[in-house]
Amino acid sequence: MANPNGIGAPVRRREDARFLTGRGTYTDDINRPGQTHAVFVRSPYAHARITGIDATEAMQAPGVVAVLTGADMETDKVGSLPCGWQIHSKDGSPMKEPPHFPIARDRARYVGDAVAVVIAETREQAKDAAELVMVNYEELPAAVTSLKALEGGAPLVHDDVGGNLCFDWHLGDAAAVDAAFSQAAHVAKIDLINQRLIPNAMEPRAALGEYDRATGEHTLTTTSQNPHVIRLLMGAFVLGIPEHKLRVVAPDVGGGFGSKIFHYGEEAVVTWAAKKIGRPVKWTAERSESFLTDAHGRDHVSHAELAMDRDGNFLALRVSTVANMGAYLSTFAPSIPTYLYATLLAGQYKTPAIYAEVKAVFTNTVPVDAYRGAGRPEACYLIERLVEVAAAETGIDKTELRRRNFVPASAMPYQTPVALQYDTGDFAKNLDIALPLVDYDGFAARKAESARRGKLRGIGFATYIEACGIAPSNVAGALGARAGLYESAEVRFHPTGSVTVFTGSHSHGQGHETTFAQLVSERFGVPIENVEIVHGDTSKIPFGMGTYGSRSLAVGGSAIVKAMDKVERKAKKIAAHMLEAAEADIEAKDGRFVVAGTDKALTIGDIALQAYVPHNFPLDELEPGLDEQAFYDPKNFTYPNGCHVCEVEIDPDTGVVQVVSFAAVDDFGRVINPLIVEGQVHGGLVQGIGQALYENCVYDEESGQLITGSYMDYCMPRADDVPSFTVRYHEDQPCTHNPLGVKGCGEAGTIGASAAVMNAVVHALSEYGVTHLDMPATPERVWQAIRRHTPAQAAE
Amino acid sequence: MPCTVSMTVNGKAVSREVEERTLLVTFLRDQIGLTGTHVSCDTSQCGACVVHVDGRSVKSCTMLAAQADGAAVTTIEGLAAADGTLHPMQAAFREHHGLQCGFCTPGMVMSAVDLVTANPSPSEHEVREGLEGNICRCTGYHNIVKAVMAGAEAMQGGTMKAAAE
Repeated sequence: MANPNGIGAPVRRREDARFLTGRGTYTDDINRPGQTHAVFVRSPYAHARITGIDATEAMQAPGVVAVLTGADMETDKVGSLPCGWQIHSKDGSPMKEPPHFPIARDRARYVGDAVAVVIAETREQAKDAAELVMVNYEELPAAVTSLKALEGGAPLVHDDVGGNLCFDWHLGDAAAVDAAFSQAAHVAKIDLINQRLIPNAMEPRAALGEYDRATGEHTLTTTSQNPHVIRLLMGAFVLGIPEHKLRVVAPDVGGGFGSKIFHYGEEAVVTWAAKKIGRPVKWTAERSESFLTDAHGRDHVSHAELAMDRDGNFLALRVSTVANMGAYLSTFAPSIPTYLYATLLAGQYKTPAIYAEVKAVFTNTVPVDAYRGAGRPEACYLIERLVEVAAAETGIDKTELRRRNFVPASAMPYQTPVALQYDTGDFAKNLDIALPLVDYDGFAARKAESARRGKLRGIGFATYIEACGIAPSNVAGALGARAGLYESAEVRFHPTGSVTVFTGSHSHGQGHETTFAQLVSERFGVPIENVEIVHGDTSKIPFGMGTYGSRSLAVGGSAIVKAMDKVERKAKKIAAHMLEAAEADIEAKDGRFVVAGTDKALTIGDIALQAYVPHNFPLDELEPGLDEQAFYDPKNFTYPNGCHVCEVEIDPDTGVVQVVSFAAVDDFGRVINPLIVEGQVHGGLVQGIGQALYENCVYDEESGQLITGSYMDYCMPRADDVPSFTVRYHEDQPCTHNPLGVKGCGEAGTIGASAAVMNAVVHALSEYGVTHLDMPATPERVWQAIRRHTPAQAAE
Repeated sequence: MPCTVSMTVNGKAVSREVEERTLLVTFLRDQIGLTGTHVSCDTSQCGACVVHVDGRSVKSCTMLAAQADGAAVTTIEGLAAADGTLHPMQAAFREHHGLQCGFCTPGMVMSAVDLVTANPSPSEHEVREGLEGNICRCTGYHNIVKAVMAGAEAMQGGTMKAAAE
């Protein structure tokens, strides 16, 4: 009988019991004896020289314990927040990497840049006293948008970074692309903006620092997707604390979406301050602080051209992008618009030549880094918008144009012209499943029906491929990563047969406590309730690179498999000894270890007990214990792919866009828990729809003030803004290079959705002659587009 | 100026001396130690802090503790039966995978219970409109809506349908 909690089963989540009863433990839920509270004084200016800080009055306010500044950190030799990825420009020079101190020292470079921290007995007292810290600012002109920051004479964010240019990078064969363009029968072009977004995990960031004078150990509890990475970056580069004296704990974390990958200054400040004042220090962001200081996402301005022959075959793609880095380089910022973006510009197509140039620019805005999808949604949006423009201009049906240019399944593994090698994928199959699912042939009738009600209707497609798993260390290292990108796991059988798995992946909503336990239950037949998954604590887990880039199952899960392989090998040795058989004759299946061809067998539970009660072990050959560790470094990225189809209806009188249906067909390789996978898709889709229709981070272009600084101004998708979804996946293209055959599903929805929605919106507006609209397609923008394209007499 | 605030929280009488400006959510989290109620937006926009005050859902970040003086407050910790049996709405959220990171969940469940109390058989459209004041960033709402519809049926005494599909 199939294991009801094994691979492929929609096991209900084990973590839900605590979350549904209010017993989750998030960072702000944790309180320590003697705890103090930190509130940051933040720059109200986008760019200002700090000429003096007077904390006299604040220090006298009730409950205040300390007011600390960048100068205090400098005295204590606190370092700069490091950047984890180095990009080299076209000319071979390394990217510009100005220092990024946890608290600004002489200059504030964005609204929200920390300039001091007030520590008091209560949060309210700290907040009151923060108002009393007198900071003298000399306001400076600000460079706010990426394009303006590149203009000659723009204010310099960092005096020693001329032109605000962090790097000017490229990828691909420019000469081959030029040659292909000269032969083209048709060239489709597009200019587009992939607007800046604010990730908005529902749990605001928080950090709690503690110091134990008896042992000299620091503990940081923080809202992180990767506590080991924080330990490494903060310990080694910022505070100079060796790993064995620094514990980083990421307990329950309320969503991340990329924004909690990075090492933030507040983490260093509370850790440093806890030792300085000799008491625990807690900081919890208010939402307005999250808006001002969480790393933002996207913010690309691009021009792209696609060369085709007369049959619509893609000959070459040329892309030029300006990416906004914000005021400083966040932890992985340089990798996003380069190796996680330009390498995906082949998409699902066999375009033989591609050339991309990316200029990364400093501005007086909060740093920009990975946000769900991280580079790949930007690539998908660009390609898929351009393909729809090409289809409209050539008159070739948009599904047919895509099909004509797909990399065929028979060409796998396929080497793209932009560095990646796709292992598997059947893109035509995704489309074949999608077309009847959305009744593509019936669209004209639905459009006519909408028209009878005075509505416009459009259908949009997006096919995507993403590189996930992030990645083989050797490849990442060659591309500029300053870290290895593997994952660790430890599988510990206890004497009574229960199991604890320690994983370096981190769950902040993904359901690892369920999915990972299914792997163990499947392999060893252990009841799922006897398997505990431990994550998020550097004092318990061997090591970890954390969760981002849809990597947990593909890399973290594979590490667990590798550790289970070792457990099985050891268990076979023990079984051979106990059953007086040759090790080679022991067969393992579903937790039973059988001497081949006999009825002599032991369960894993029997073996675990013997492993810890080794009364007659041949100790020269067989160690006691059943506890194995593994590190898994993948051989390649994984390549989830799919086809998303969106249908919208637009009210031409109001400009309101309604998503009337959305279907996602995805290839995630093998699926361990379909319930969780579908949930990941749903959530991703709404973040993609959010970008397409609602979300937009706006800074005032002159003052650099954040205009969209609350949920009143930054429009988050709500339940009544989106439909229910049709989600399908197929499993017949498993990943070829990891032991589970899995590809990852966390980002797919977000990657495909924005393009599918916008293609549908533009399609609906095409009868007015609209060929492109930048996101978000708010009612105002849609209405304006209709007005602009409506002849005067017709508008009356 | 401190003031004394007394109320019933999850059936237990509590009384604390607090600053007048203390919000109900701060009272519950910091004074009573019930950290299941979360603060996410500080501006009454997201609904993570929803509790029931005298049987009606309230965003507890927008109410002073003093305003709840004398009231009966139910938080997510008080929703399940004394023996630990989940409330039908909690059970439906689990069955239909209506939560991921869990941070919006307490407010979402408390809002859903209030919604169904007022409208025992809501349509999908009514559920979506009814949850407009609760933001979830993880689930895309799809499974929350499914869970609320199933929870509504279960609260009516119906049996919960298995989420077979």
